[in-house]
Amino acid sequence: MKLFLELVINGLSVGAVYALIALGFVIIFKATEVVNFAQGSLLFLGGFTISEFSDDFGFFPALLLGITVAAFGALLIERILAIRATQASVNTLAIVTIGVDIIIAAELVRRVGVDARTLRDPFGASTLNVAGVEVAWSRVAAIIVAAVLVSAFFLAFKYTKWGIAMRASAEDPEAAALMGIRRARVSAIAWVLAGLLATVAVVFLVAFPTPGLDGSVTRLALKAFPAAILGGLDSTGGAIIGGLLVGMAEQLALGYDNYLSFLGGSFGEIMPYVIMIIVLLVRPSGLFGTKDLARV
Amino acid sequence: MSETTAEGRAASSVGTSTAEPDNRARAVGAAPPDPQRRSRRLQWSLAGVAILLLALFPIYQGGSLLYIGLTCMAAAVGAIGLTLLTGVTGQLSLAHAFFLAVGTYSYAFLSGEPGGQAVKYGGLGLHPVLAAICGVLLAGFAGLLFSPIASRLRGIYLGVASLSLVLIGQHVLFNWQAVTGGFNGRPAAPFRLFGFEFSNDSPENLFVLDVPFGRNERLWYLFLVLLVLAALFARNLLRSRPGRALQMVRDREVAASVMGVGVARYKAYAFVLSSLYAGLAGVMLALILRPTPDSFGLVLSISYLAMIVIGGLGSVVGAIVGATFVTALPALFQQYSDVFSFLAQPGTGGLDAATFAKFLYGGAVVFVLLVEPGGLGAVGRRFIGTISGASRLTKRTVKSANPQDSPTSNPAAPQDDSGSRREAPDRARSQSNRDEEHR
Repeated sequence: MKLFLELVINGLSVGAVYALIALGFVIIFKATEVVNFAQGSLLFLGGFTISEFSDDFGFFPALLLGITVAAFGALLIERILAIRATQASVNTLAIVTIGVDIIIAAELVRRVGVDARTLRDPFGASTLNVAGVEVAWSRVAAIIVAAVLVSAFFLAFKYTKWGIAMRASAEDPEAAALMGIRRARVSAIAWVLAGLLATVAVVFLVAFPTPGLDGSVTRLALKAFPAAILGGLDSTGGAIIGGLLVGMAEQLALGYDNYLSFLGGSFGEIMPYVIMIIVLLVRPSGLFGTKDLARV
Repeated sequence: MSETTAEGRAASSVGTSTAEPDNRARAVGAAPPDPQRRSRRLQWSLAGVAILLLALFPIYQGGSLLYIGLTCMAAAVGAIGLTLLTGVTGQLSLAHAFFLAVGTYSYAFLSGEPGGQAVKYGGLGLHPVLAAICGVLLAGFAGLLFSPIASRLRGIYLGVASLSLVLIGQHVLFNWQAVTGGFNGRPAAPFRLFGFEFSNDSPENLFVLDVPFGRNERLWYLFLVLLVLAALFARNLLRSRPGRALQMVRDREVAASVMGVGVARYKAYAFVLSSLYAGLAGVMLALILRPTPDSFGLVLSISYLAMIVIGGLGSVVGAIVGATFVTALPALFQQYSDVFSFLAQPGTGGLDAATFAKFLYGGAVVFVLLVEPGGLGAVGRRFIGTISGASRLTKRTVKSANPQDSPTSNPAAPQDDSGSRREAPDRARSQSNRDEEHR
């Protein structure tokens, strides 16, 4: 029971982090119809910047710097994509982001080398102990921060001018443009937001229970894909639920690994992908995604 | 059209640039006008020269260059398969490494003998030909198993869903040690055909034109034949009825289904076909290297995607060129790292060859898609078109067909490739050339 509770809390926490990254995917997808395969390296870029500067400046200034750099990186990709955004197909743009991802990831892997880096986050290795259930503080913080960010996003999405512009633009790009909504601005803000979310996510992704920041972080970030797809690529709420589902399933499967040994060691690592396939078999557009209807 | 058999004839008539009048008369009736025929002849003769040069290559070069060439040919076969799926049918797939792995390990397990020290692996010791055929078919079967998902998912969903196949597949490879040999991999049996072994022995000390013919030299010809067959099959498929149906599925699914193309069925068909190709490429890989699960990851899938993009989506020749570019580049930089003095040794923190090659092909992907969506294939076709004069005729046709279209939608019209004749109206949306006539 104790193990179960720990796993559930860890699952919620990891899931919340995946949800942040997945939310970034979904925001970009809604604004520009691009699936951003470079999200993993944006996150890497943010994390790398933090690790470079946290020694000298302390964690929080470094975090701000990391967010800025990742946001600028995202903006740069957005500008590159904008060259062909209106003409190229969705697949083409997705492949362009893969190309960008190859470049950024190769450079960062080279710079980071083989040793895992620490971001010097304030949580350190401290743990929280409630009635025998022991959880790392960073995990708890991840849940709180994610909850705050996600609610802030949803409020902004509902009430701010940008939120309305973005929803309108996602609904019907042409009509929105005719009503005076600047698509370029909507999509730029979406990419910047995704960069911000990714950088916040990476802090928790490489915090205490994990060894630290190294080249494998892009692989961790990949798990946000199943999260985004599960919920439906164009559903912001779906991204959150998908993220939590994926994180929970992963942590539970990892925790009960010895019961799953017939499936091979650390099956939990691929649990997100297994769930994704099962869900897609039943619902090809994800749980909350808009069904693609074609009228003939 | 009988170009499939006309290779030799075309090659012999390179010099005769003007066709005979009776040829012209026939051409008018059968639609392709004269310069096009000339450009096609040029293409065939270029292909013939390329094949001839490749066939002579082992006589002049041995060692590591030959080995790099073998990996390129294996990659080219796989890339043709992926371009049929992603380029022609428009289904983004990141699962290609998985199907390659199925081919590789099926061959290794079926043909190999049991062995291993720390990790014991099995092997059935079947005849290599049988094992190779089974390897290809099993990869196709894996594609068939995934096709219920593949054919239902639309657009980008498939790309992301196919990610899962690679990651799940790698998990299986690491854990199913009886077949794969686990982390350190396992060897496969050398290929054997009618008692002739594609290895360093049996017959031992084989010499052709005083050149020792070891494993790599023998495999070279096997691979060349396989590559030519694979390319011809793909090219002919593209010009056939099913090939056009596949392109229709890419261009507009609804229109395709209205025209009577079973969209789901054709998507599944493309998936199976591309995994058959991947299976063949996997078998070829098993013949030249010891497969380890680590090498069949997402990075491999992405590099295949890079190959077909750089070569031009949907182009068979482009896939071969792109495969060579992406595969040979890191190996060549590694090989001649002393020549490229700006490259550092791996691990020293400087810019090493592998990273530099990644920059190059990552950059090439971005550049190609944004600047020349047809890739190297389109550049080559334009070049051939210019030489043979086909583009001059085509340009006139474009102008007369839709005079207002070409200048506005396409500022680069004067140098444009001959494909624009057919695709000028919706050129902007097309991510690849679809003029199979000029391939």
